[in-house]
Amino acid sequence: MVFSFELLQEAVLFGVLLGCFYAAVSIGLSVSFGLLDVPHVAHPAIMVFGSYCTYLLGLYGFDPIVAGIVLMPAFFLLGVGVYRFYYEAFEKRGSEAGVRGIAFFFGLALIVEVGLILAFGVDQRTVEADYIGKSLSLGEMRIPLRMLVAFGVALVLMLALMLYLSKTFTGRAIKAVAQDEPALRLMGADPVRIKQWAFGIATGVSALAGALLIIIGPVEPGMDRVYIGRTFAVVVLAGLGSMTGTLAAGLILGISESIVLMHFGASWAPAVAFGLLLIVLGIRPQGLFGR
Amino acid sequence: MKILSLVAGLLFSALALAQQGPIKVGMSMPQTGTLGAGGKAALVALNMWVEDVNGRGGLLGRKVELIAYDDQTNPALTPAIYTKLLDIDKVDLLIAPYGTVPTAPIMPLVKQRDLLLMGNFSFQVNRTVKHDKWFNNSPWNDASSWSDGFIKNGQKLGAKSIAFLAADQEFAQNLANGARVLAKKAGLKTVYDQNYPPATVDFSTMIRGIRAAKPDMVFVMSYPNDSVAIVRAVNEIGVGESVKMFGGGMVGLQFTPIMASLGSMLNGIVNYNSYVPGMKYPGIEEFLSRYAKKAVAAKVDPLGFYLPPFNYAIGQMYEQAIKATKSLNHKVLADYLHKNEMKTIVGPIRYGPDGEWKNARVVQAQFRGIVDKDVDQFRQPGKQVVLYPDRYKTGNVMAPFEKIRK
Repeated sequence: MVFSFELLQEAVLFGVLLGCFYAAVSIGLSVSFGLLDVPHVAHPAIMVFGSYCTYLLGLYGFDPIVAGIVLMPAFFLLGVGVYRFYYEAFEKRGSEAGVRGIAFFFGLALIVEVGLILAFGVDQRTVEADYIGKSLSLGEMRIPLRMLVAFGVALVLMLALMLYLSKTFTGRAIKAVAQDEPALRLMGADPVRIKQWAFGIATGVSALAGALLIIIGPVEPGMDRVYIGRTFAVVVLAGLGSMTGTLAAGLILGISESIVLMHFGASWAPAVAFGLLLIVLGIRPQGLFGR
Repeated sequence: MKILSLVAGLLFSALALAQQGPIKVGMSMPQTGTLGAGGKAALVALNMWVEDVNGRGGLLGRKVELIAYDDQTNPALTPAIYTKLLDIDKVDLLIAPYGTVPTAPIMPLVKQRDLLLMGNFSFQVNRTVKHDKWFNNSPWNDASSWSDGFIKNGQKLGAKSIAFLAADQEFAQNLANGARVLAKKAGLKTVYDQNYPPATVDFSTMIRGIRAAKPDMVFVMSYPNDSVAIVRAVNEIGVGESVKMFGGGMVGLQFTPIMASLGSMLNGIVNYNSYVPGMKYPGIEEFLSRYAKKAVAAKVDPLGFYLPPFNYAIGQMYEQAIKATKSLNHKVLADYLHKNEMKTIVGPIRYGPDGEWKNARVVQAQFRGIVDKDVDQFRQPGKQVVLYPDRYKTGNVMAPFEKIRK
C-alpha cells in the first residue's frame, strides 16, 4: 500500500461523501425503527423499490433526484398503509406480537424482491444524468460528481427532517410518541395516527434514498441485502431516533471504512467499522446521541 | 392373431416406457442474487436443449425433464437443494449451478454418493476434491489458463509492474492466486494488491489507491455488480497514465445489459470471455439466433454469448453420452465423457483426468469503438478484438489504457 498525506486527505473526503450517503439511506430507518420501535427490516427493500420507480420515471426523462422527490408522496401513502396493516395485525396485540411483526417485514422484503424480479427481471438497472460518470477535478484529486450530488441531497434531506421533527407540532408529536406514548394519549393526541404519519414520512424519505442508491451505482432486486446490516448499524450507532446521530454515525462508518480501505486493506474496512460500533455500544449502550 | 399380439406388445412397451416416466435432470441455478442474471439466461439455453431433445424423441425412449430450483446465489442453500433433488425428486442426472461459490458446497455430496456432475462455469472446485465424475463446461482449466493471455499481452507491451484488485470470495481468490503466480514467474513487480469484501458500495478509494501505486497493468477479478462499479469509478477517478492494460477477470462485462449500460466506458478494457462474435463453431449462430427470440420473452440477456451456449453444450454432452452408451449409469457415462471427444456448439471438447477441458480456450478480448446506448453493436465482430489465444486472434492489444479511451 502507498502511504501519503495527500491520499489520507482523499480517503477522508471520500469517507465524508460515502458517510453522508450511508446516513441518507439510514434516515428512514432511524424514524421507523429508532423513533417508532417498528422492526422495519424491509426498509432497504422499500428503498430498492424506490430505485426501480426512479428508473421507471427516468425512462420518461425525469432526473433521478426529481424522480425521487416526485415519488415521495406516493411512498408516504404506501408507508401509511403498511403501518396500518402492521398495527392491526401485530402491534395492537401487545409487544410480543409487535416483535413477531419482524416476520411480517421479512415477508414484505421478500415480496418486494420477488415482485421486482417478476416485473424487471434480475438484470441491473441504471439511470442516466449529467452528473453520473463524471468527476470534479481539484488538482490531482478527482471527486465523482454522483457522490457529491448524493452528499448534497443527503444533507438537505437530513436537515429538513431535523427541522420538521423539532420545529413543527406533528414533528414534536412524533418525538413524543417515541418517548412516552401514554403521556401523548393523555394530551389528547392519537399515538397510532402519529405513528402512522411518521412511518409514512420514513417510507417517503426512502423513495429519495432509493433515488440516491441508483445514482451511486446500478441496482438489482436483491440489493437490499447489501444494506440491511449497514443501515441498522448506522441507526444503532447513532442512538435510536437521533437524526444528528444518524449523520454522525454515517460519517464515522464512511470515514473509517475509507481510511482503512485506502491504507490497510479493503477486507478490514467492514470489520473496523463494525468493531467501532461494538466499542461505542460497549461504552455508551444507548448509542452516540441516544438518551 | 400375430398382429394382435404385436400391437399388444407395442402397447405394453409404450406403457412400460410411460411408467418409467421422464429422465429427470436436476440442478439449482442462481435466478436471484448476484449471479441471477447469468443463471436465468443459462436456464433459457438448458430449456432449449430439453425442447430440442424431446423434439427428437427424447433419450432412451423417454422424455427429458429439467428440474431447476433457485439457489439465490447462496452457497448455503445448494447442499439442501441437491439433497432434495436426489432423495425426493429422484433425479437421474445432475447439472451444477452456475458459478464457483454455489457449486463448491455440493462437491463433497456428489463425491460421497459417487455421482456424475456436469460443472457450470465454476473455477477449480474439483482441485482438492478430486472427484472422477466431474466435468466442467467452462473453457478454462487451471488457474493460469484464465490469466495467461492477459499477462502475456502485458509483457508484450513491456509491463514491469502489476496491481491486483480481487473480490474476497473463493472464485476470485483462486483466480487471483493463479494470476499472482504467473505475474511472479513473468518477473512483474506487484505494487498494489487489494482484496475487497463482497458488499463494497463504492470503489473510488481503491481506484485512487491504484493510481497512486502507478502500476503498468491492473488485473481485476470481480463479480458483476462490482465490475460495473469499478468501471464507473475508473471512468471518474482514472487509473493514471502508467497503466497499459486494465481488466482480466471481470465477471459481468460479458453480459449484454451490463455492456449496454456501460457503453463507451468499456473502451480499452481487456477482459476474459468465453465467446465473442466472429468465433466459428458449428451450430452456434443458429443457436444464438433462436436464443435471442426466447431471451426477449424471458427478460434475460438478449445476446447470450457468455453462458447460454455453454449450458446448451451440457445438454448436448449428456445427449451424446447417453445415446452412445444407452445408459444412465453415472460410471458408464463418466467413462464415456473421459474417453471421447464431445461435439458441441461451443466446439469440440476433450476432458482431462480432473474433469476440466484438456485444452483451455479462454479468450482475452479488448473492447474497442464502443458507443453508448447501442445493444446491437455487440453482435458485430471487432467490437471485442480477440488478443488471445493466438488461433482466434483478430488484432493486437492497444495501449496505454487511458489514452485509447479518449
